[in-house]
Amino acid sequence: MKILVTVKRVPDPESSIKVNPEGTGIVESGLKWVVNPFDEIAIEEALRIKEAQGDVEVVVVSVGVSESQEQLRTGLAMGADRAILVKADRPDTAAVAKILVKLVEKEQPTLVILGKQAIDDDSNEVGQMLAHLLGWPQATFISKLTFAGDKASVECIREVDGGMETIAFALPAIITADLRLNEPRYASLPGIMKARKKPMEEIDAASLGVDLTPRVRIKKMAPPPARTAGRKVESVDELINALQTEAKVM
Amino acid sequence: MPKNSLIDFDSTKPNSPFYNESHRQWRDSLRRWLAKEIAPYVEEWEEAEEFPLSLYKKASEFGLSRLNYPEQYGGLDSGFDRFHAIVTAEETSQIGAGGIFASLLVHGIGLPPIIALGTQEMKERIAPAVLTGDKRICLGITEPDAGSDVANIKTRAERDGDDFIVRGSKMFITGGMRADYMTTAVRTGGPGMSGISLLLIELDRPGVARTKLKKQGWWASDTAAVYLDEVRVPVSNLIGPENQGFLGIVLNFNGERLAMAASAVGYARTCLVEAARYAQERQTFGKRLADHQVIRHKIAEMQRQVNATQAYLEICAWRVQEGESPIADLALLKVQATLTMEFCAREAMQVFGGAGYLRGNKVERIYREVRVNAIGGGSEEIMRDLAARQMGL
Ligand SMILES: Cc1cc2nc3c(=O)[nH]c(=O)nc-3n(C[C@H](O)[C@H](O)[C@H](O)COP(=O)(O)OP(=O)(O)OC[C@H]3O[C@@H](n4cnc5c(N)ncnc54)[C@H](O)[C@@H]3O)c2cc1C
Repeated sequence: MKILVTVKRVPDPESSIKVNPEGTGIVESGLKWVVNPFDEIAIEEALRIKEAQGDVEVVVVSVGVSESQEQLRTGLAMGADRAILVKADRPDTAAVAKILVKLVEKEQPTLVILGKQAIDDDSNEVGQMLAHLLGWPQATFISKLTFAGDKASVECIREVDGGMETIAFALPAIITADLRLNEPRYASLPGIMKARKKPMEEIDAASLGVDLTPRVRIKKMAPPPARTAGRKVESVDELINALQTEAKVM
Repeated sequence: MPKNSLIDFDSTKPNSPFYNESHRQWRDSLRRWLAKEIAPYVEEWEEAEEFPLSLYKKASEFGLSRLNYPEQYGGLDSGFDRFHAIVTAEETSQIGAGGIFASLLVHGIGLPPIIALGTQEMKERIAPAVLTGDKRICLGITEPDAGSDVANIKTRAERDGDDFIVRGSKMFITGGMRADYMTTAVRTGGPGMSGISLLLIELDRPGVARTKLKKQGWWASDTAAVYLDEVRVPVSNLIGPENQGFLGIVLNFNGERLAMAASAVGYARTCLVEAARYAQERQTFGKRLADHQVIRHKIAEMQRQVNATQAYLEICAWRVQEGESPIADLALLKVQATLTMEFCAREAMQVFGGAGYLRGNKVERIYREVRVNAIGGGSEEIMRDLAARQMGL
């Protein structure tokens, strides 16, 4: 079995993000970049399947700038077998999904695991688009994945508003990982060493023959308004009044 | 760097030709592991004066405590270089609690003599159990009457058939309260360094007693006085040839000094970062501390000393990596590093003012850990003297 796992290069959630003066994006110089945390969970799940079933190849895929190699190496260091980097300059979600279709056609995986969303723009779209374009079953926001005995189908528990939903479907399929699916491992030093020798293929997005024209345009980016200091109220009545008339939340 | 962006560990560290992608990834992975498994518990463990034994297992599973030991005994050494060791020292030092790592990684001084000189049977019996975190091993050289003057140790091991009978005591033994084994320097021959052997002593043997020692810093580390009262140990526990134990002791030195220097620079940098951040936030007389020239200059001065020491450290590490044994420079590097740590701890405490004097912050702890770095593993005085001798003075 082959599992394709997506990996996006995103700013470290712990770094302080500033919007650039032109309002066209964030200041990228000096930022630390990491693997999108939900993608780490996706990688971990693929590795656990590999460990449980043995004959599984885990391929990590990133669509983005050349530096995304670093994040792919982290996936390899965690234990993935090989990596594919599709070089593309700031593709939108639709473009990424179309590129992934091409890779799925080429690689013929049984399962594609994605993070439920990337923590940079929080779009939460690529998995669903990919499932639609391929016409494959999908389970998004999953917190548990179990293979059927014959390994031809899976059962997933999804986190949905108000509870858990259990669904079962035949493979091949698309799965997007939620926070509680697993706790990703740390890359070990021997893993890091081995990763340096694992294959990393580079593909130019333009060579795949897909329409990369952006469907989404960012018109303006602005930081949220700075928080102003709070104030003390004298009584419950004053609090209720303030919540009603000033904050307008009651 | 735009004005007022908060200084952090990485922003104070200049680029350097010695690090590649694998070092960057190791830093990343280790930093995250430490943030999860250790940082949240530092205060608790320091006050309790110990950490849970389960941490030994966790550190082994993650790989931290197996680094740089042969794979055949469960270690991880392929591709490991001195700069991974520097990264390890830097990241652990950022936690600002040296005692935890002093005990957690104490096999770093206890185990290498066994790997280098022990019998095959001994290596197979001891090393895998230590590297999985199931057993602990400490190093017993220092005695109440012999510290810097190692060649003067008095603990005797008398031959009695196939056994030695060991009498004496060991002092300041890191990890000694909870260790299962002690790599012990004993006198088997005449006076001086040519009468010393290294002997593996299982600490559950009859006649072994230990007392916990209270210390200025390193609270989470269990430091012991170990009393050896007619302890019977088989001759087969000799580590290396009889009366050549000094060799085994010396073998440890280069690696230990490099590692201690790397940690000391790491602690210095941690003080620099903590002080700079505090100065960026704390207001006095209507402006940030960082806007008072006296304070700005303290920070710049710390950075100057840290950068110089870092450069010295990396060149020494590179030379060791290339197979050199630069004894004088490693001795002087250790002095340079602990003086830098001392300076930065002092200056950072001043920047923090009263807040720094309260328990429960990194700077205050590091301040209390300066001396053990400047004295243990070869004191500043002894290091300078060694360097002078090496220089041919
Ligand atoms: C927390 C802690 C943990 C330790 N852990 C271990 C351990 O795990 N195993 C172990 O074996 N030891 C351990 N040690 C012991 C440590 O290695 C010794 O403290 C160190 O070697 C110094 O020896 P000493 O304390 O006997 O000081 P001394 O040798 O008595 O020296 C006292 C002072 O005199 C100076 N001095 C001594 N001789 C000379 C000279 N010839 N010229 C100029 N100055 C001189 C020294 O630099 C020092 O300033 C530990 C110590 C501490 C504090």
